[in-house]
Formats: sequence, structure tokens, C-alpha cells
Amino acid sequence: MSLKDKSNDLRARMRNALKGGGDKAIQKQKAVGKLTARERIEAIVDPKTFYEYDLFVEHAGKDFDMDKKYLPGDGVITGTGMLSGHPICIYAQDFTVAGGSLGWMHAKKITKIMDHALKLKVPLIGINDSGGARIQEGVNSLAGYGEIFFRNTLASGVIPQISVILGPCAGGAVYSPALTDFVFVVDKISKMFITGPEVIKTVLGEEISMEDLGGAKVHCEITGNAHFYAKSEQECFSQIKKLAGFIPWNNTRKAEKFPKKRPKTKLYNIENIISEDPREPYDVRDVIKAITDDSDFLEIMELFAQNIVIGFGRMNGETVGFVANQPLVLAGVLDVDSSDKAARFIRYCDAFNIPLVTLVDLPGYLPGVDQEHAGVIRHGAKILYAYSEATVPKITVILRKAYGGGYIAMCSHHLRADFVFAWPTAEIAVMGPEGAANIIFRKEIAAAEDPEKVRQQKIKEYKDKFANPYVAAAYGYIDAVIEPKETRNLLIHALEISSEKDVKLPAKKHGIPPF
Amino acid sequence: MAKSYSKDNKTKDFEVLIIDDCRYKTKLSKKFKNRKKYEPRNPKEITAFIPGTIKDIFVKKGSKVKNGDRILTLEAMKMVNDVVSPVDGKVKKVWIKVGEKVTKNQLLVELE
Repeated sequence: MSLKDKSNDLRARMRNALKGGGDKAIQKQKAVGKLTARERIEAIVDPKTFYEYDLFVEHAGKDFDMDKKYLPGDGVITGTGMLSGHPICIYAQDFTVAGGSLGWMHAKKITKIMDHALKLKVPLIGINDSGGARIQEGVNSLAGYGEIFFRNTLASGVIPQISVILGPCAGGAVYSPALTDFVFVVDKISKMFITGPEVIKTVLGEEISMEDLGGAKVHCEITGNAHFYAKSEQECFSQIKKLAGFIPWNNTRKAEKFPKKRPKTKLYNIENIISEDPREPYDVRDVIKAITDDSDFLEIMELFAQNIVIGFGRMNGETVGFVANQPLVLAGVLDVDSSDKAARFIRYCDAFNIPLVTLVDLPGYLPGVDQEHAGVIRHGAKILYAYSEATVPKITVILRKAYGGGYIAMCSHHLRADFVFAWPTAEIAVMGPEGAANIIFRKEIAAAEDPEKVRQQKIKEYKDKFANPYVAAAYGYIDAVIEPKETRNLLIHALEISSEKDVKLPAKKHGIPPF
Repeated sequence: MAKSYSKDNKTKDFEVLIIDDCRYKTKLSKKFKNRKKYEPRNPKEITAFIPGTIKDIFVKKGSKVKNGDRILTLEAMKMVNDVVSPVDGKVKKVWIKVGEKVTKNQLLVELE
């Protein structure tokens, strides 16, 4: 054969492989509002930058007549490309080929691109759309999952790992996304569960739809498994691109610096957001937007544990991770879910050299039998662990309430915040005036002729003396009491002078966080 | 001047959350509202610890039972489980029949 013939032969082979599951299967995929695997990759990476590998890989199934079947690319597409000008490794399961089921060679393609990502220190994006294990391949299919989970764990904290759930992701398959940093889901398209509705019905007699069991909303609102919720695949892809702009490409680098922009102070006037009454709600995201560049804030896990807000913004062009109590929901308390949510984010920022800014306004931990029994002790401990362990610059601003255990947990000096600032509205105390007065003056109140009058008087006394930032400032627990309007400039200054921060933890293999 | 709440956060949605005797105006999450109220277990009520099917019943009204005696068997997840009495007592009422499918926490047998 001449070179020309050989080239033609190659093209014919490629055409055959690129057909995927064929027109009919592709039509079915489109009918439910899904793009094909290749279209998804093209939509995420910069135009004309995707290069595919292992196109000619064939499956390794021998039993159940599988050896007679041809599965193009074995149901997964792998390759490299550029995302906003930076290199990434990417794979996408192809549901049109054997339902995107995971066999041994399918898994090998994924683990190969994962190995590349880890070695080359570039982010990994995985698009999940698969019916699950390829049953015909038996234990080899399980082995494939295991090899993926192992690599997810090795890569954790070294390169960013992003999972995009664009179809079913069921059974063991769910544990790869669960081990990655950010999980993106799309309404009506994403489905994640360990055991599906069918099994639940036969075993337990409980009937539930796939959407109610493990749809996008469920994982964003209830389980906390997913971080970003989108209405469509297109919206999901733009969320991925936006997130990618905030994070560094591996754990030895800093996030890309952008030109600095002023906040939109007409929309978000920092002096006009909070009420001085600690019982009144406000949206803490307005405070974040009042201090970030261009008032831009990318919220993560927006729908889960809304009593705490986490996400990325920029200050003076540099990425900052924000953790903020949200008085708008459950008065901003810490509880099982919010501790879990914040702790993981703090560890993410620490692993990827992103400074942390913590905004504090909380009455403490949420009381209740359900919380105690759900393990608020061990979950609440996660946030203490994560803050204490983090060695990136940590700057805290106490906006209003910082009561009790909540004060300690929200990146106080005691957990080695580099700077703690407080607004004049801050109240740093062991508890709120009402509760404290009721305990300290219990006997006096009970013995009084008019207990309510004495109670109010004692509450006022306590408030006047302790509900302020100056008692804590007198001990040096607060570095400066500042006016709200000074916040942004002071934060930028604190971040700038902390940029070479170098703290070494005691040598250890690893700590034992209260997982 | 008006407080700059974000658009979707209308004041009328606010409820009260009491922490340390202080009443906070805030929104209550769905999860918080749906939380299970704690109820102490009544040792005289034997309930299904797992959904399943009743295979056998070894007691009837008036039967005397001792702590640890087998009351019935419950098949669930392809396993047959013994359900035993947690206390000494006398059967007040058997609420289920052999072959009946029961849900989790369903009352099976009541003791006096």
C-alpha cells in the first residue's frame, strides 16, 4: 500500500470509530436533551484544541458472545485540550456505545488519561454518562472502577479534579465523582445513586422516581454530593469555565492573576447591608460582593446548607476563597451540613494555595436532638480541624455576632488566623446577652418581685459590657476594629503582606481529621 | 435607607429561630423544618427495624414472653431475621399476619 492508501485506510478506520453508537443511538441521546460525548468535550475546551487518544482501543470482553461485538472506543473518549488557554486532560463516557458501560479497556482508557493528568500536573475533567458496570465483563469491570478510585485519591489535592454528571452515574460509579473536588449536575439529565428505584422497590417496597431519588436538585439541596446546579448542559459548561478561571492548574501554582477591578459599590454599599441589631437577617453575599473585584462571586454549593456561604471571588486580581455565615438562613448557625460544607472547601483552598477570607456572624451551633444524634460533635469538629490545619493566608472579619463555640470555629486567632478584624458592630462573647443574663443572674431574676423587669435590666447590663468587639480586642484576640468601608482595602493589604506566608506543620504522614 | 436584601429574599419569608433565648429573624431551611421530632422508644411496642415480610409469628394475644424470646421472624434483604422481645411481659395485641409486608418502624406486636 502506498502512503496515500494507508492514509485512506486510516481515515476509514477513524470514520468507523467516530460513529460511536451509530445514528440511531445518537438520535436517542439527543431526544432526551443530551449532547454526544464528543460534542460535550468540544463545548468545554477552547475551539480546535481537542486531541483524542486511544480511538482504536477495543473492549476485552470474551464471555456472553461479547467477543463478536465491536464497541467503538469502548464507550469512552479520552484526550487533552486547552481550557481558557491552559492544558487539561479530559474524558467523556459515550452513552451511545453499550450505554457507556464500564468494561476493563474502557477503564484503562480513563486511568491512562488520569495518569497523564497527574504526571503532567494538569486538571482532569471527567464527564460521566454511563449505565454502570459492564456486567458481561464481571470482576474486570469492578477492577476498573477500583483503579479509577485509587487514582482519584492519589490526584486529590495535587491537580483539580472536576466531575460532570451528564446522564446516569449509578452504583459503584458514583464514587469517582464523590472523590473529586467539584461535581457538576444538570437538571433532568444527571442521576446519581448507589441503588436505583427498581432495587429499592423490590427490596424495601418503597416507590420513588429516579429524579426524586438522585436527580440534580436532590444532590444539590439534600445530599450535598454536587457543587454546581445547571438548567442545561450549556449552562453547566459555562459554570465549568468560570470555575476554572478561579483555580490554579496544580498544587504548586497560584491561581491566575486577573486585572484588578473595583466593586460595584452603587449596587453593594457595604455601609448599608447589615442591621446593628444582631437578630435581624441580611444576605452575607451582599457583603462579599461589596468587597470583591467587580462584585463578582462564584458561589459553590449554593443550594446546600445555605446557612453558610462558600465560594471564590477576587481581590486585587487574585483569587480568594470566602467562607461566610449566612444570617439569612437559620440565623447563620453552624450545624452538621454547614460544617461539612465549609470544612471541605477550606481544605480545597489550602491544598491549592488559595487564601481564605472568613466573614463571621453566627449565634453558635444549632441546638436539637436531631443535630446531636446526627453527630454535630464530629462534623462540627471538621471545621476546627480544617482551619487549624490550613497554612494559606487566613484573614477573618467579624461583622456582628461571634458567640461561643462559633467564635472559635470561624477562624479565630486561636486557630491561627493571620489577621482578625472586627466591625464596631461585632459582639464577641460566650453567648448572646439574653442567654448569658438568664444563666448568670438566674437567682436574682427568680428572686425579683418583677422577674421580667430585672431580666431585661440584666440583659442590658450584659449587652453594654460584653456585646462589643473591645473586650476581645483588649486581650489581643482582635487585631483591629475597623469601619466597614475600610474592609476591602485592609483585606487587600493583609493578603498582600501574607503572600509569602510560610508555615510548616509538624512532620507527619497525615493527620486524622474527623471524617 | 432600605437594607439591600437580594431580590429573592422578601421579608415576608422570615420566621423565628430561638438560640440561647434570643429570637433571630431568619429563614428556616426545608431540612430543618422536616427534621424528625424525637420520640423516646416505648419498649412495649415491637416495631419492624427494616421493611420486609413477616415469615412466622410465635406468639398470640395473652402469650407470656421473656426478654430475648423469639416473637416472630421478618424476612428482609434475603435474610430471615429473628425479632425478639426486649422485655419480660405479656402480649397485648399482634398487629400483623404471616405473609404481610411491613414498612420500617411499623408496629408489629404490643406488650402489656
